[in-house]
Amino acid sequence: MSMDLPEGMKLIDENGKRLDGRNADELRPIRIEAGVLRRADGSAYVEMGKNKILAAVYGPRECHPRHLQDPTRAIVQCHYNMLSFSVDDRKRPGPDRRSVEISKIVGEALEYSIFLEQFPRTSIDVYIAVLQANAGTRCAGLTAASVAVADAGIPMRDLIPACAAGKVADTIVLDLNKEEDNFGDADLPLAYIPRTGEVLLLQMDGHLTQAEFNRAIELAKGGCSQIYAVQQDALRRKYSIAAGENGGKEEEARGNVA
Amino acid sequence: MSQRSPLSEVKKGHITTLLAKGKRSDGRSFGELRPVSIIEGAIETAEGSARMKLGNTEVVVGIKMAVGEPFADTPNKGVLTTNVELIPMAFEEFESGPPSPMAIELSRVVDRGIRESQMIDLEALCITPEKEVWVLYVDVYALDYDGNLFDASSIAAVAALRNTMVPAKRFGKGEDFHLPLRSTPISCTTVKIGDYLVVDPTLEEEEVSSARLTVATDENGDLRAMQKGGSGFFTFEEVKKSIEMSVEAGRAIRGKI
Repeated sequence: MSMDLPEGMKLIDENGKRLDGRNADELRPIRIEAGVLRRADGSAYVEMGKNKILAAVYGPRECHPRHLQDPTRAIVQCHYNMLSFSVDDRKRPGPDRRSVEISKIVGEALEYSIFLEQFPRTSIDVYIAVLQANAGTRCAGLTAASVAVADAGIPMRDLIPACAAGKVADTIVLDLNKEEDNFGDADLPLAYIPRTGEVLLLQMDGHLTQAEFNRAIELAKGGCSQIYAVQQDALRRKYSIAAGENGGKEEEARGNVA
Repeated sequence: MSQRSPLSEVKKGHITTLLAKGKRSDGRSFGELRPVSIIEGAIETAEGSARMKLGNTEVVVGIKMAVGEPFADTPNKGVLTTNVELIPMAFEEFESGPPSPMAIELSRVVDRGIRESQMIDLEALCITPEKEVWVLYVDVYALDYDGNLFDASSIAAVAALRNTMVPAKRFGKGEDFHLPLRSTPISCTTVKIGDYLVVDPTLEEEEVSSARLTVATDENGDLRAMQKGGSGFFTFEEVKKSIEMSVEAGRAIRGKI
């Protein structure tokens, strides 16, 4: 957030375009696939710009370690994991303080979205693997994890989309990429449910005036709404059956019973 | 994996009954591999990479490189480090934390297949003898586990090494260059179920097998590394048969990377 800008690098050019050609209020291209792994109960893959992220869900299942069991509801155990080669300088495999923090806040956001009281004493285990990182992995990770929970068939209030806004070269922009994250002035990741307006993840670092903060929140909300639609579309593509085919099969099945 | 499941005896009965009829539960012949798909170079943050599916087993391999010090006993050779992570995403029985014996055996077998075949010209990765060499990390992550991580991991590792560019520019060591390679080892695993040998076992087959033999061969069909695993035994006849099956199946894979 506070690194010095390399000589000659302009985060925003005279036409208001960003390094990757986007406008200030534009998301990176985003693609979501639901149900990409066989072994897991639910899974999803998200590409957001140069981020490549897999999420898998197991459960509700027996809770390990046992002492975490809650007799009244399920618990969510989230593990955010950056693969060693997902960043320029190899990251040592295994959790560090950053990933533990991200796991905690992403897990808490997911917890709210799931009807935990339906599965007492169990654990819902969420695994996020960052295959390739380019800023915004906690948001893309949560976006993926939420689709994976839905893919696992776990009853939930709603999908959770997430994305960041921030400040780059005195401009409030949506969905910072790596250069903007490294050399920008502020970063504000947000997860919220567009249908209800409930904010489930919010962080900020850097420097924003209150007016700038309000503008950033507006941009991030707009980004979340777009991502929400992509999440829904991923599930529809995975689970909808062509009307004719479905109708035919149903009738056939009914016919057999009769 | 373990044979704790009470179902495994039933499953074993079913699988061996089928094998006696010359069939496998997924319809393959005994020497047949599952469908292979490999996406090379998909991870831009890695120096080389491969995402590979072997049936429903999936792994991703990334190669990272850095400048470091050579080992005292090989002052003019680059350093190769291989690590396999069995992350809980891939299977309900994989746990986070320190690597399990299974993960360590896997890492070492993958490493041996690459190292002993002298696939990489490690001498060409020396920058200044005794001082600076390239350190090469081969990191394998299991994403989806349906048996035979040995072959999925080692074949994906080989595929990733084949598209690796040494990031010399980033480290101020001149222009980037292709990782210097000399051969392409292919690893292939057979397991023994009852008295039958089958290649590329699914998880179900692994669970009911008594022994496993992984064989790495080079393009001449010569043997480069082997590892027997499991608490059962092979006769010498079976070892020879396994090697034959591995060489044959390895040939089928070789065309795909």
